[in-house]
Amino acid sequence: MTDTTSHSDPTHSADPRDLRSLRVKGSAPSRSFALAGVLLPLLLAVVWEAAIRSGLAGGRLMPPPSTIGATLWELAKNGELQLHCLATLGRVLAGFALGALFGTMIGAAAGALVVVRRLIDPTLQALRAVPSIAWVPLFILWMGIFETSKVALIAVGVFFPVYLGVAGAIEGIDRKLIEVGQVFRLNRWAMIRRVMLPAVLPAWIISLRSGLGLGFMFVVAAEFMGASEGLGFLLVDGQQMGKPAQILAAIITFAVLGKLADGVLVMISKPLLLWQDTARGAL
Amino acid sequence: MLRLNGLSKTYADGTEALREIGLQVGKGEILALVGGSGCGKTTLLRLIAGLDSATSGAITVNGETIKGPHPSIGIVFQEPRLLPWLTVAGNVGFGLADLSPQERQARVLHALEKVGLAGYDQRWPRELSGGQQQRVAIARAFVTAPKVLLLDEPFSALDAFTRASLHDHLLLLWAETKPTVVMVTHDVEEAITLADRVVVMRPRPGRMMETISVTLDRPRDRLALGFDKAKRRILHALDRSLQPEKTTPTQKGADNASHWW
Repeated sequence: MTDTTSHSDPTHSADPRDLRSLRVKGSAPSRSFALAGVLLPLLLAVVWEAAIRSGLAGGRLMPPPSTIGATLWELAKNGELQLHCLATLGRVLAGFALGALFGTMIGAAAGALVVVRRLIDPTLQALRAVPSIAWVPLFILWMGIFETSKVALIAVGVFFPVYLGVAGAIEGIDRKLIEVGQVFRLNRWAMIRRVMLPAVLPAWIISLRSGLGLGFMFVVAAEFMGASEGLGFLLVDGQQMGKPAQILAAIITFAVLGKLADGVLVMISKPLLLWQDTARGAL
Repeated sequence: MLRLNGLSKTYADGTEALREIGLQVGKGEILALVGGSGCGKTTLLRLIAGLDSATSGAITVNGETIKGPHPSIGIVFQEPRLLPWLTVAGNVGFGLADLSPQERQARVLHALEKVGLAGYDQRWPRELSGGQQQRVAIARAFVTAPKVLLLDEPFSALDAFTRASLHDHLLLLWAETKPTVVMVTHDVEEAITLADRVVVMRPRPGRMMETISVTLDRPRDRLALGFDKAKRRILHALDRSLQPEKTTPTQKGADNASHWW
């Protein structure tokens, strides 16, 4: 029977693995370009180093890569860099966890229930328009200048993109897929678990990624408001002590940490999104 | 088996989609609904599937009144509507959550084989062509062994070759459990190839106009004499269904004809 049907059916490709092999071929060139991203910063570093070595530029306010590298090495050797990194990462993580949790819950409620959306969305949209730095004085008054106010500020930063992403994704779930669940008589909980959650997963992960990015922005604002450790402190300290190499070292560390944190998030979420029909590797 | 009694549907905005549909479909019968756009064919299927509720009238399956989605009624939509985050096997077994994994697996693989997709169980829906996806959707509806199967123009988006092969797959699956099938189609030849009875509907509001029995033996040959005769009768009825109504008596006559069933 199988034979006759496969012959009479033009959409039936002979080998089920056809498509798979095609896709592997497609991903090959993107791998060889993986190192291309390093070229531009490397080139800039070499040019700047050469400009200073040859006396074309002074390098007092914009130290050469070698000096920045030496500063980083110095900071790493006496354990300061690790201390600052851990302090900053700890704050981002705590703020991210809080902001993502509340953003997800309130976003889900606003996306699923029209009443909740009508009640809270206008207020939240207005609060979203407030610049992050504007919260600093209020948070210091409320929660003191120690960790609580910093974590709260970061949580506020993470909250909004996650809230928006989740609420929008739930509102936008395809009615047609919900109907499939209805036809198979899923109860409310099964509908959420088997249709709605998987449907919003990609948008949720994207919102978490932009939330994490904002968390790294807000941690600097938080650490500017008085900290004795953290990469933000290194920035302020470098400015006050006139050490541009330290500022640049902190900036580079921020870039590396942010990229790594995003990479970890992408890695964790990757197995969950294998099914997606997207241009892979675009993000 | 499936009985529709004085079924009417008027939408909230006042649009009258269906008026007084009365219909009885026997066990194992395949019934096709044809008609111009706006004659409420899809609305009728959604009512039977329990996705919408009728303004008046009743639907019963073996005497049981249908008020919402019912385990003995399955539907294949116009689009495949596969869940993209489930593999082909996951999609086909979506309605079998209550079974043990072994039994579910066995049923899913059997259904996939019947639609000619053996070996595709671990693939993602995005890896399949449109025709293959629609076959997965058909397998998903059949695998729960519904007593009534509704098909809402499931082949309309496919090319003629794929459509013909899907007709074969459909009849193969149907022969296994012989469910009652109600299908909506635009394609008169498709209706004659598959159906025992063809109901021509008249639009605005949707009403039943004429019922034509097709008594040809299966598998049906498109070149047979009877095929052409049935086709002409249906096309003729369709022509009339799209003409403006002249007098009220005609309309009454159509309504009476529908009550006849």
